[in-house]
Amino acid sequence: MYRYDEFDAAFVKERTEQFRYQVERRLKGELTEDQFKPLRLMNGLYLQLHAYMLRIAVPYGTLSAKQLRMLAHIARTYDKGYGHFTTRQNIQFNWPKLKDVPDILADLATVEMHALQTSGNCIRNVTADQFAGATAEEIEDPRPLAEIIRQWSSLHPEFVFLARKFKIAVGATPHDRAALKYHDMAVEIVKNEAGETGYRVLAGGGMGRTPYIAHMMREFVKREDILAYLEAVLRVYNQDSRRDNIHKQRIKILINTIGPEEMRQRVLREFEEIRAAGTLQLPAEELARIAAYFAPPAFETLDDHSPEFEAALQDDDFADWTASNVHRHRAPGYAIATISLKPVGGVPGDCSHVQLDALADLMDRFGMTEIRVSHEQNLVLPHVRKKDLPAVFARLRELGLATANAGLVTDVICCPGLDYCDLANARSIPVAQKIAERFADLDRQHDIGELKIKISGCINACGHHHAGHIGILGVDKKGVEFYQLLLGGSGAEDASIGQIMGPGFGEHEIVDAVERVIDTYLKLRTNGERFLDTYRRVGMEPFKNMAYQEQLYAAH
Amino acid sequence: MPLIKAGTAAADPYAAVADEAPLPEGPTVVSLTRFRKDRDTLLARNTPLGVRLKSDESPEALGEDVARLSLIVLEFPKFRDGRAFSWARMLRTRLRFTGEIRATGDFLYDQLSYMTRVGFDAFEVPETITPELYRRALGEMSNVYQPSADGRKTIRELRAGK
Amino acid sequence: MLTANRLRDGDVVYWRAGNWVETFGEGDILAGKPEAEAALEAAHKFVADNVVVNPYLFEVQADGTPVKEREIIRAAGPTVRHDLGKQAHGLTPDGVLRAAAARDVVVVPDRSKERDDDVSV
Repeated sequence: MYRYDEFDAAFVKERTEQFRYQVERRLKGELTEDQFKPLRLMNGLYLQLHAYMLRIAVPYGTLSAKQLRMLAHIARTYDKGYGHFTTRQNIQFNWPKLKDVPDILADLATVEMHALQTSGNCIRNVTADQFAGATAEEIEDPRPLAEIIRQWSSLHPEFVFLARKFKIAVGATPHDRAALKYHDMAVEIVKNEAGETGYRVLAGGGMGRTPYIAHMMREFVKREDILAYLEAVLRVYNQDSRRDNIHKQRIKILINTIGPEEMRQRVLREFEEIRAAGTLQLPAEELARIAAYFAPPAFETLDDHSPEFEAALQDDDFADWTASNVHRHRAPGYAIATISLKPVGGVPGDCSHVQLDALADLMDRFGMTEIRVSHEQNLVLPHVRKKDLPAVFARLRELGLATANAGLVTDVICCPGLDYCDLANARSIPVAQKIAERFADLDRQHDIGELKIKISGCINACGHHHAGHIGILGVDKKGVEFYQLLLGGSGAEDASIGQIMGPGFGEHEIVDAVERVIDTYLKLRTNGERFLDTYRRVGMEPFKNMAYQEQLYAAH
Repeated sequence: MPLIKAGTAAADPYAAVADEAPLPEGPTVVSLTRFRKDRDTLLARNTPLGVRLKSDESPEALGEDVARLSLIVLEFPKFRDGRAFSWARMLRTRLRFTGEIRATGDFLYDQLSYMTRVGFDAFEVPETITPELYRRALGEMSNVYQPSADGRKTIRELRAGK
Repeated sequence: MLTANRLRDGDVVYWRAGNWVETFGEGDILAGKPEAEAALEAAHKFVADNVVVNPYLFEVQADGTPVKEREIIRAAGPTVRHDLGKQAHGLTPDGVLRAAAARDVVVVPDRSKERDDDVSV
């Protein structure tokens, strides 16, 4: 994985001191709250419902054991013993004190981490496929480019006071695990007809109040030109975006107002100028230098059949876990293991300091150098020897981290909602928990198959409800929580925006409604169809009829 | 308002003129509206001329005349409105403007280093921002990752020993 | 009632007799509109002095519990973790706790404590 050199280390250290000075001035009253707010947000610090919240970046989702231990230390020392992994490969602490935050950042800097640009109207933490470097599907590891983007975007002088936030993701596989098409800008690593590797750039995707799927900006950008192209998009956005209406200031609105063709023309003009100046050219040596950091560990030469692994499959629990949480690896005899942070009864994405430390120990014990954070709020062990899987599973089970539900109905993406969030209209976590309880039976979950439920507690869509096969949106109806149901969304390569089914459901009705929808799917599906496929084939009507059939409102 | 130019306190020789007011002798700053209306008269005067642009006015609106100005003032209506960062950069790198680029309006100490990087070299500051503080702001971050209008060596160039 | 967050640590505070307290139950119920607006006005001095941020008024019912769920949760803590927030420190009156409980929440065991004795070294 990437290691800071002296320049990166000094940069993060100075940035911490810069923030310390800002906090000092705020506490002394030299900065008002209005002035301080954008500055603290640029360092990931929010003021939430109960307290401050600090969002720490896990760039492209990669962590070392040492970094996990530091997160555990922060949870214990400055917070309340746990952290929460988000849908954009960040981790949040919910209870830090303002006066402690500079010290937290200083501690993070010692393990090459930061909270740079995890919020605010700037370029946010860059995300990537959590299986990067481990899946056989990819053209190349997307993380070297993500790291280059991280550096380029860090305190970019022209783009730290944008009209709104700007999120970038990088992918390199046909199967999109990073929700590329829902990002302000996304880079897909592709090959052109001549067999050269380069980048396809998309822009203008987003969720929130007005969801959009990203438009193609340029089919093929040469490697050396990628930063010039990204800068060109940002420049057009910064110059031309509206600034008079907060709901219309994302790049998706600009592109859909002027049209993608006009956007491409404006970007092209800037791109050609930047390219001609040559200052942002990415030399092949620099890309190679960064890529070398991400070289995979030296895989042992193993037979892809592991007798230890196959014997362990006799155990039903292990077999269930393997079926949902273990994915094919590029190297024979290895596997990718997803650690679900969605136990029945738990809070999706939460992880205690004890678990964080224990995971670091587990990594050491099995010689793993990396762990990943997924946008689905799970963790991933990217390189596990198959023969070690039974022991890894046993240890994860002791830690309460072996829930066999990755990609299944109880692997719910869920924002913090009204239990924590200042912006929320309704709670999300209790709904996720009730769904997890209702569908706790693993046989039933495996029978239902791939089904992505995503829950947001307000229109801002941190819980990606637009992109859920089943999406749930919490709204406030005269002070009472109500939940709208959306069907047919997808955040993957077949991206689509979920459609609202109809009137919302009360807090006590929503899980029943979800169950009816799923039962309808089970009746209508044909061989091998996922929920999403069935929905796309038959449309909203049969689901809607079933969901409302029994007059759920009669109870009220 | 105090003026900091090239890092030190400086006198402001320019008189700001309202759109309908008569033109004074000596260096003058006018709005884009006034510049468009009285362009020929203004350019014919043998004295330094500045134009003040609002945050939604691209410097490209000045066309070729940019080269004939000695000052461009970029307004920050709110410090959160970051368009002027791109306008200053455009003035320096696309339009090759070599005169003074001055910031006016609502901006913070914490933005001075970014502003300097993209090409601002003069700042109409509140009393609380002294030249010493300006220099402090510029010293907060020793190195930078991106090329910009200031021509500073980037971290990548430093790594390569350039 | 009148509430805000304390600048230094972010804690939720309530207005009582010209100052701030951490306990919901000790906060003043401001009976009339003039009284409420006068308190809000007075609170702005604490904003100017960098003691609190974002003061605002919210409604409570006759029994003293907040009308809006948001304020019930703020006065108690997360409904999904009873070991966190004011409820964990005895700072939440029973009436508010009952109001929170009436929302039919799932009670989640405190996993961090549960796992403490479970860790291998």
